[in-house]
Amino acid sequence: MKRHSLVLQLSGAFLALVLLSALLAPLISPFDPLAQNIMARMRGPELAHWLGTDQFGRDILSRVLYGLRASLIVSSAAVALALLLGGTLGVMAAYYRGLTDRIVMRVMDVLFAFPVMLLAIGIIAMLGPGAMPTAIAIAVVYTPIFARLIRGPAMVIAESDYVLSARAVGAGDMRIITRHILPNLSSVILVQTSLMLSAAILVEASLSFLGLGTQPPEPSLGTMLSEGRNFLLLSPWSAVFSGLAILIAAFALNLFGDVLRDTLDPRLRGNR
Amino acid sequence: MSYIRERALDLVIVLFGVSIITFMMIRLIPGDAVAIMLGANTEVTPERVAEIRARLGLDQPLLSQYLTWVSGVLTGNLGESIWTRRPVTQEIAAHVWPTLQLGILALAMGAGLALPLGVTMARLRGQGFDIGLRIGSVVGLTIPSFWLGIMMILLLTSFAPGLQVLGYVPFFEDPLGNLARLALPAFALALPILAHLSRLLRSAMLDALQQDYVRTARAKGVPESQVLFVHALRNALIPFVTSVGIMTGYLLGGAIVVEQVFAIPGLGRLILGAISERNYPLVQATILVVTVSFVLINFAVDMLYAVIDPRIREARRG
Repeated sequence: MKRHSLVLQLSGAFLALVLLSALLAPLISPFDPLAQNIMARMRGPELAHWLGTDQFGRDILSRVLYGLRASLIVSSAAVALALLLGGTLGVMAAYYRGLTDRIVMRVMDVLFAFPVMLLAIGIIAMLGPGAMPTAIAIAVVYTPIFARLIRGPAMVIAESDYVLSARAVGAGDMRIITRHILPNLSSVILVQTSLMLSAAILVEASLSFLGLGTQPPEPSLGTMLSEGRNFLLLSPWSAVFSGLAILIAAFALNLFGDVLRDTLDPRLRGNR
Repeated sequence: MSYIRERALDLVIVLFGVSIITFMMIRLIPGDAVAIMLGANTEVTPERVAEIRARLGLDQPLLSQYLTWVSGVLTGNLGESIWTRRPVTQEIAAHVWPTLQLGILALAMGAGLALPLGVTMARLRGQGFDIGLRIGSVVGLTIPSFWLGIMMILLLTSFAPGLQVLGYVPFFEDPLGNLARLALPAFALALPILAHLSRLLRSAMLDALQQDYVRTARAKGVPESQVLFVHALRNALIPFVTSVGIMTGYLLGGAIVVEQVFAIPGLGRLILGAISERNYPLVQATILVVTVSFVLINFAVDMLYAVIDPRIREARRG
């Protein structure tokens, strides 16, 4: 137990550090991420520019921080929307069973049948590129995943003795769902949100890399990486650090979700 | 038998749903889809709009549009490219091989390496090792494959300039050149699969090693290697095989991005090119073909699952 909570604290602290540095980007960035300085183009890491400068002389550290912030905003909005939609559908399916369950889960099966990236690209092809369509696309793609993940545990809880007792004393559906079912799902939700956010960051970065996500000149890690690739041999720093930032953010979220799952689920302890 | 019948029914329903969603894609574009398509290349005039609309059948009632489209799809007619007027099936056929080959290589690499790695990890259980393993597998899962690809290109061009790593040559023209060019993208694509599958196999092996039949095998003096590879591994392979099916979805999506990094002329390039020239029928057809293949692969994996594990055939209903 002790070792577990220490690992959880460490991974939580690491995640907090990553999230804070993204959220506080406007305060802690040493430069304006859009300010060009042609005289200081494509510098390597140095005292003034810790991570160097890009092809327009823009400070890479500032761009990475702002880009991380943009990625996190798009990914969190997408995951929040997916959680809301998928969670509602999953709980409804579990609670009402029968026809509701069958119809909802069939629709989810169909959405789930599309490869993630492909459906996201299809949705963006319809809506046009940009940060907002990217968030919508990721939300649609992740909705069936949340619905499936939440339906199972919600079903177990819906059949538990305390839900039966609540119904016996006359509690209504809404009250049972909000007071008894949702609170008991919070740990599942917390773990999955963290893991899905990690995956969403990778999808957002991929879409921006392909030119479908956040549009330049707004700093975004994916676009930085794709621009940096054109100058790879002259000055690799923009490509190196933007990709590293994507990795660190996705890693911090995934590790936290992973450790949290083990801590909350005693059955897995010692097995992984 | 009932398991197979039930899965076949699921398959039909899912394919029907996929066809509806893919069909609606062009129709749900906000604004006038035809005007948007034309705007990419030529002047938008009412005559041109009406012409394209009639060509795509968009002037018909929705239900008859769908029926025409589905009967076309079922007979292998997926429509024609807006600009070249070539059947989209020809465009897809011209781009499918590099993607297919890349996917198969990555899957073989990921699953092939995961087998020995997962078994070794289950054997070498220990505290320090476990922590390194967890960090390693999370890195493997979260490393952006396109970034990994770019970094490998960067390293190779610095240490071995002149080595040809970009582009694609057909296997039958130049087998060695083909494999040399696909090795890096396949590895970039395979790493998350390797991380996921080896971890999964490790915990499945640990589960299997605690079972009674393993204790029995050991008790009657079966050599340890045989216990590991025959008794435990065979049972641990069940979740492994299911996961391989689900991984193909990741592969198809990941290939789109990795192809872009390594300049491989596959389906990813096709669909991105089609999006930038707003060639919606081509986008729609590519999504349909890839998704249907993915669904069919998973159906095949489900069937395989029943073959590996006889218990599934009857027990796993609903």
